[in-house]
Amino acid sequence: MPQISQFAENWYAASQIFWVLLTFGFVFFVIGRGMLPKIEATVDARDRKVADDLAAAKAAHAAADALEESYRQQSDASRAAAQKSVTDAKDKAAKDAEKRLAKIDAELADKLSAAEADVRAARSSAMAEIESVAAEAAGDLVAKLSGVKIAAADAKAAVKAVLHG
Amino acid sequence: MADQGKVDPMHQFEVQKMFDMFHVGNHEVAFTTSAMWMVIAGLLLWAFMIGGMKRQLVPGRWQVAVEGFTGFISGMMNANIGPEGRKYTPYVFSLFMFILMLNVIGLMPFGLFGLHPFTVTSHFAITGFLAILSFSIVLIVGFWRHGLHFFSLFVPHGTPWWLLWLIPVIELVSFLVRPFSLALRLFVAMTAGHVLMKVFASFIIDGIAAGPAVGLGVGIPSMALMVGISGLELLVAGIQAYVFALLTSLYLNDAINLH
Repeated sequence: MPQISQFAENWYAASQIFWVLLTFGFVFFVIGRGMLPKIEATVDARDRKVADDLAAAKAAHAAADALEESYRQQSDASRAAAQKSVTDAKDKAAKDAEKRLAKIDAELADKLSAAEADVRAARSSAMAEIESVAAEAAGDLVAKLSGVKIAAADAKAAVKAVLHG
Repeated sequence: MADQGKVDPMHQFEVQKMFDMFHVGNHEVAFTTSAMWMVIAGLLLWAFMIGGMKRQLVPGRWQVAVEGFTGFISGMMNANIGPEGRKYTPYVFSLFMFILMLNVIGLMPFGLFGLHPFTVTSHFAITGFLAILSFSIVLIVGFWRHGLHFFSLFVPHGTPWWLLWLIPVIELVSFLVRPFSLALRLFVAMTAGHVLMKVFASFIIDGIAAGPAVGLGVGIPSMALMVGISGLELLVAGIQAYVFALLTSLYLNDAINLH
């Protein structure tokens, strides 16, 4: 096994150690200490940037949510206000209509009762006229048929009895 | 390499000197094949990471790939150690990427282009060095942060008083074994995998040498197995790099948070 037997050779161990020291030293100082931190810094910067951007996006999202919420509240409020004014206007209109209707009703009732009173008055006067005419006619009829003269008051009473049952 | 028609599965692990450089004491330091692949791995890794340095807010494909690796390790450190683990991410990341690159490069079929592929992490000297490095960091961080209180690591919570003579000894041994297990695991996994592939490859070569009937009878199943094992070895290359980094992060967690 040369790995062991070559230790016997004068130059083997010294050369191996010297060159591994030199090359690994180069790798450690130039690559490990020189390049690696810069690469890690790049990766860290990128990670930080991604995290920051994500946080900013989250904040923007939250702000948008808040904005939407306030918009929604505002629109709810204005919708409620609009609804209220519509109901108010409706109520007012209904009340006005009621009032007007009541007034018209009252007028109509007045007119109706006046008309009824007129009708009643006309009827009673007509009835009175009919009575007197009928009494006269009955008196005349009796006089013609039987030649008996009847007192106007008797004829009136008899006609009244027939007319009013 | 076929030597008199024989394939030596261990030959691939031999480190070859490419040229001499200087002396440290009485030891010679040379540029070797192992050194060459480590340099290539380091440069490839650097080139790969360059693609992740565009630092765009919306990353391209390459940047996503690089950030996938860094995110994988920083996620692991975060999960195992917590926010304090960030400080140690550069070390664990370097360890993971370096080992992964060496493991994967060792599996690439560079032999097709006449190159001599070599798996650096199949050498105990390398894995041992990295394991001792990790273990030393654990010790330094542990004693730095907790002083002598770090020894309370050897007395887990809920240890009954009548076991106090035994548990710390077991914990100490398991603690001291860590660098060896860390080094051996990677070294053995890489070595075994490459030996296995070389052995199956030699079956095909030897089978063909023995004639067409044996060549087809042995070669086709061996080839099929080779394809499967190559895939498995790619998986092992990733898993072993991950295990090394994961265990390092767990040991660091012990040192940082105690129990």
